[in-house]
Amino acid sequence: MKKVFTRPKTLKDVAYHYCPGCTHGIAHRLIAEVIDELGIQNTTIGMTSVGCSVFTMEYFDMDMVQASHGRAPAVATGIKRVLPDRIIFTYQGDGDLAAIGTGEFVHAAARGENITVIFINNAVYGMTGGQMAPTTLMGQVTKTTPFGRSKEVNGFPVKVCEMLTPLEGAAYLARVSVHSPKSIIQAKKVIKKSFEVQMEGLGFSLVEVLSTCPTNWGLSPLESVKWLEDNMIPYYPLGEFKKPGVLA
Amino acid sequence: MTRLLMKGTDAIGEAAVRAGCRYFFGYPITPQSELTHYLARRLPEVGGLYLQAESEVASINMVYGAAGAGARVMTASSGPGISLMQEGFSYMAGAELPCVAVNLMRGGPGLGNIAPSQADYFQATKGGGHGDYHMIVLAPNSVQEILDYTQKAFDLADQYRNPVMVMADGIMAQMMEPVELEEERNIELPAKPWAATGMAYHQGRNVINSCYVIPEEMEVVNLRLEKKYQQIRQNEPLCDSYLLEGAEIVLVAFGTASRLCRSVVDKARQRGIPVGMIRPITLWPFPYDFIEDIAGRVKWMLAVEMNMGQMQEDVQLAVKGKIPVYHYGRLGGMVPVARDILEEVVKLYNGGALR
Ligand SMILES: Cc1ncc(C[n+]2csc(CCOP(=O)(O)OP(=O)(O)O)c2C)c(N)n1
Ligand code: SF4
Ligand SMILES: [Mg+2]
Repeated sequence: MKKVFTRPKTLKDVAYHYCPGCTHGIAHRLIAEVIDELGIQNTTIGMTSVGCSVFTMEYFDMDMVQASHGRAPAVATGIKRVLPDRIIFTYQGDGDLAAIGTGEFVHAAARGENITVIFINNAVYGMTGGQMAPTTLMGQVTKTTPFGRSKEVNGFPVKVCEMLTPLEGAAYLARVSVHSPKSIIQAKKVIKKSFEVQMEGLGFSLVEVLSTCPTNWGLSPLESVKWLEDNMIPYYPLGEFKKPGVLA
Repeated sequence: MTRLLMKGTDAIGEAAVRAGCRYFFGYPITPQSELTHYLARRLPEVGGLYLQAESEVASINMVYGAAGAGARVMTASSGPGISLMQEGFSYMAGAELPCVAVNLMRGGPGLGNIAPSQADYFQATKGGGHGDYHMIVLAPNSVQEILDYTQKAFDLADQYRNPVMVMADGIMAQMMEPVELEEERNIELPAKPWAATGMAYHQGRNVINSCYVIPEEMEVVNLRLEKKYQQIRQNEPLCDSYLLEGAEIVLVAFGTASRLCRSVVDKARQRGIPVGMIRPITLWPFPYDFIEDIAGRVKWMLAVEMNMGQMQEDVQLAVKGKIPVYHYGRLGGMVPVARDILEEVVKLYNGGALR
């Protein structure tokens, strides 16, 4: 029998711990497929962060380093400066990157650190049980915004790609989504580009992936992808925000 | 061997370079800054990197990454910055990563001041970060010792796969003293087959991690670490002593305070007061056994520190209640004066010890 679909080489044959309908797994698969296609499994080192994705160190079949909450871009900097010919990526949630880790990702971008950041924006703190994230939408109900996020108490959601765009060190910035087959195909293309930018030595690349958290959104998997499409994409428009000249 | 005058901060930097350290990540703070000025020039000369991070939090995490990639790496700071690094030290101890961190202590708490102090003793020796872990802590008291022990710190870090701290203060940082500098030689760094360098570069898959969600597994790791700490407690305590023969009274002091105490011992002896000194060089592991042994032969001890009595507690633990352990300290960046320490010794000797 001909095999037409199989597990990427870079993903280990273990079951994810993610909740049903969580799109973290899709993002993992896309990264693994890209790494397979680029043939860099043995020269890539991945950084896991603190959040639901902390166990990616057990999912990716490559060397992995677990970073403390928010600091993956600093840890990645340390590795990349020692091993400049290796491919280094971080995988970070929105609480990890855009709240506690704001200093680290902004300065990694400013330095033009030649690493790739995969940023999973699910508009909530997944692992700790559904608290407000810096990316939680206005009016969105979470465990710590029981009456909805309000500008008086919580201010406004952080748009990471837009915020990094003016930084000269940021070479490639894009936002994708994984709510539909079409968006997933596009997401893979963009993730591949972000790794290629690093392989070319062009500087800092970041891909923001709009992702679901059915458990903490209190929605079914199907309702979740619809909610993402209807609510997140209007606020967080998809597209490439910045490309190095050679890619433009 | 060359004999030359060297400043404390330069000695730290030069020792690091000679120990094969090629990476420094740090953030400016007084009195550490002159060390970074030295390394920012020196490291590129040997193909290394000095990188100024956006904070001490980022610094220690860059150190974590570089150490995870197998490099000899260091950072340095002072009180407030060292406080910010504590989570990182805990992660490094948990993931068993080697690094050297220098704390040039200053007056505190809070922003305090930039004057010399020894008030970070508890933080360094009792685990300033979270979880069951220890850092090896070295306290040199001369520029020569800064040179020697900073190099040793890198060896200990690699040998035990654990962060090592070198503790000094602004006086030691600024001080210039003659040192014997050995010829630079090519040192062979230990292999690190566990480092995350990419699977093409080693057998199997390497994961640098301190996360064990299953308590049973975490406990196994804790026990493994404790075994290592036990080995360190057995093999690494270091201390120096001065005029313990015939001593009835022993001053215990480290770093800057120990330099003053040496002259106090001399002056007291001139007056016929039988004083000696013990100088812990490793603050963790603390030389409990050596101090306990001496405690059996003397009347009392006096811990002299630039803090409110932090090491005093370890001396008390060491003597196991056999003899009294008093404390003399100056605080807030004030440096004790030998005359005042001597006065305290005389007072205690003349019966004040019964207070
Ligand atoms: C210093 C520190 N503060 C807080 C935490 C607790 N914590 C663990 S995961 C997390 C939030 C993660 O949310 P996010 O980054 O959005 O990832 P997600 O789980 O949503 O994928 C927090 C606050 C921690 N581990 N360390
Ligand atoms: S809590 Fe949310 S982000 Fe975490 S695994 Fe479940 S669905 Fe995914
Ligand atoms: Mg999240």
